[in-house]
Amino acid sequence: MATTSSLMSANTSQAPASPPLAIEVRDLVKRYARATSNAVDDVSFHVGRGEIFGLLGPNGAGKTTTIGVLTTFVRPTSGYIRVMGEQLSRGAQSIKQRIAVVPQVSNLDRSLKVREILTFHAAYHGVPRREREQRADALLDQLGLGDRKNEKVTAYSGGMVQRIMIARALMHAPDILFLDEPTNNLDPQSRLFLWERIRELNAEGLTILLTTHDMEEADQLCQRIAIMDHGKVLVNDTPEQLKKIIPGGTALELRVRAAEGVAAGAAAADSTERVLAALRALPGVTQVDELHASVEAPSSPAPAGPWGGGAGSGGSGESGGDAPDERGVATYRLYAEDVSALIGAAAQAALAAGAEVRDLRVQRPSLENVFIYLTGRNLR
Amino acid sequence: MATTTITPRSAGAASARRASGFGLALTAFFAILRRDVVVTQREFIAFLMQVLIQPLFFLFIFGKVLPQIGLASDGFSALLLPGIVSLTTMLAAMQGVALPLVLDLGYAREIDDRLLAPMPRLLVALEKTLFAALRGVIAGAVIFPLAWWILGSQYSVRTDQIPALIGLLILTALMGATLGLVLGVLVKPEQIGLMFSLIMTPLLFTGCTFFPWSGLSSIKWFQIVTLFSPLTYASEGLRYAMTPAVQIAGHTVTLATLDMRWVLLALVVSIIGFFFLGAWKFIRRVVS
Repeated sequence: MATTSSLMSANTSQAPASPPLAIEVRDLVKRYARATSNAVDDVSFHVGRGEIFGLLGPNGAGKTTTIGVLTTFVRPTSGYIRVMGEQLSRGAQSIKQRIAVVPQVSNLDRSLKVREILTFHAAYHGVPRREREQRADALLDQLGLGDRKNEKVTAYSGGMVQRIMIARALMHAPDILFLDEPTNNLDPQSRLFLWERIRELNAEGLTILLTTHDMEEADQLCQRIAIMDHGKVLVNDTPEQLKKIIPGGTALELRVRAAEGVAAGAAAADSTERVLAALRALPGVTQVDELHASVEAPSSPAPAGPWGGGAGSGGSGESGGDAPDERGVATYRLYAEDVSALIGAAAQAALAAGAEVRDLRVQRPSLENVFIYLTGRNLR
Repeated sequence: MATTTITPRSAGAASARRASGFGLALTAFFAILRRDVVVTQREFIAFLMQVLIQPLFFLFIFGKVLPQIGLASDGFSALLLPGIVSLTTMLAAMQGVALPLVLDLGYAREIDDRLLAPMPRLLVALEKTLFAALRGVIAGAVIFPLAWWILGSQYSVRTDQIPALIGLLILTALMGATLGLVLGVLVKPEQIGLMFSLIMTPLLFTGCTFFPWSGLSSIKWFQIVTLFSPLTYASEGLRYAMTPAVQIAGHTVTLATLDMRWVLLALVVSIIGFFFLGAWKFIRRVVS
C-alpha cells in the first residue's frame, strides 16, 4: 500500500522505482475540439497498486475527462500516461483488459437480463463460459441481486443500477477499477453499502480510482486525494496531510451584513472592501477570503450551483447565491495560526468597519475547508 | 481473506489476459456477435413485423390490387418483386445498424461496454455492420414465400440464377448496413424523424424499386437521377437475377437491365466507401 506522502505536484522525473505503479500520469493536457480552454491542464499524478485514489473537485474540474483519458475514451492532447506499466498510446487493447469502468450514469445493456449483462461482459473479455457463469452468480449474490438476475434493468433503482454496473466491472477480474462519481445519485443507505464494497475490494488488492465532489466520501475512502479545479491538480496528498494545509488547521468564518441596510451597488462593494481590509489588518492573520458561493453549515450542504466554476447564481432559500447577496450579507473566512484567539478581535473589526455580525464560527479541519482555503469557493 | 470475498482474482481471466492480442480480439468479436444473435432471436417476431409489414402492403397493392383493377399490366408484379426484395433487404440492414447506433451514441451509451472489450474499436463497427447485413438478408429472403402467397399465379421468379441472386442479396444487405453505419454516426437522436423523410423517402422512390431503369428512357433526367441512388443498382441487379424471360410473339425476350458490371461496381464501391466513412466517423464519435 503506497501511502507515501508525495507532495503537491508528484515529481516523476526519476524513474518509478521499486513499487510498480498502477497509474502514472505526467503532464496530461486535454483540449476538446473548438474549446477555448483546456479541460485538463497539465495534470500529473500517480496511483500505486492497491491504492484507493480520489480525484476531488467541483463539476467541470476535469475529473471525468481525466478518467476518460485513462479508460481510453478520451484522446489526450499531450502527456505521458502509463496504466499497469503499459503506455496508453500503444497498449490500449491490453489496458482495456486490465481496467474496469463504472460510469456516472447507467450504460447497462437494456436488451439483456441482469445475469446476461455480467456473463456477456466477461465473454467480451475472453473469460471462459463455466467461469463466467460461476462468477456472475457469486457476484450477484454478494451484491444482493441474486433474486432478480433474470429481469431486465429497465425498472431498477439508481442503487441497483450502480450495483449491477459494479458487478459487471468485476467480471473480468480487472486490476484497476474506475468509479466516476459513484455515489452521486444514491440514497444514504446505498451509499454506505457501496463504501463497504469499495473497501472490501480494495482489501482484496484492487486498485481503485474514483472521482467525487463529496468531501466526506473522499475523506472516508481515499488513501490519497488529488484536489482538482479548472483542469489543474491543486494539491495531491493523503487526507490527513491535506487538512494540515490550512495554517493552524482551522478557519474562522464570519457572516456579516453591510450597515444601514445599504445593500446595493457601490455602497455594498465599499463595505466589503472595508471589512476585508479590517480583517486582514488583524495580528497573525495569514489570509482572508470572501466566499463566492453559499457556505451554510457543512453538515447541510448548500444547494448545488449548476457548475462549480463560477459564482453560483440565483440564490435559493435564505442564504444561497452570491455573497454579498441582495440583503447585503457576505461571508468571510479568516485563516491564522490560532483563530480562536481572534474571535473577539474579528467581530470588533467587522463592527468597526460598519458591518453587523450575523454569525461567527470556527471551522474544523475538513477537506471541504481545504478546498475553500485553496480556491476561495465552496465545492458545490 | 474473508469468507465472502468478491475476489477479483481468477484463473480463467488471468489466462485470458495472457492470450495474444489477436486471439483476444477474435474472441471478443464473436462474443459481441453472439450478443446480437441472442437479442435478435429474442425479439424475432417483432423484427419480422418491423421489416415485413411495409413490403407486404407494397406487394398487395401494387402487385395484386392494381393489376386486378386494370391499373397495372399483368407482368408488372414480376418487375415489382425484385424491387421490393432489394428495398426490404436494404432498409432492414440499414435500420439494423442506424437506429440502435443513433440512440446508443446519442445518450444510451449501452455500446460502451463493448467498446471497452479488448479489441480495436473498428471491429465493434464491423460487427454491427455485418450483423445488420445478416438481418437484411433474412428480411429479403422472407419476402419470397410472402410474395408467393400474396401474388399467387402472378409470382414468377427465374430459378437459373440462384447463386447470383444470393450474391446480390448479400451485397444489397451490406450496402444498406454500411449506409446505416454512416447514418448512425451522423444523425442525432432528435433527427431520427428527419432521417426518415429526408433520406429514406427519396431513396425509396429513386431506387428503381417500382419500375425498371430501362423504362425511364423517356424521362431522361430522372433516369440520370436514379443512378445516384445505390438502391438502383441493387434493384436492377436483383431484377436481372429474378425476372424470367417472357415469350412475346414467339421470341424469348429478357428484360433489359443495367449492365451487371456497373451494378457490381457500384455496389462494391458504395459498400467500401460507406464503411470507411462510417467507421472513421464512428471512431471519432466514441473517442473524443
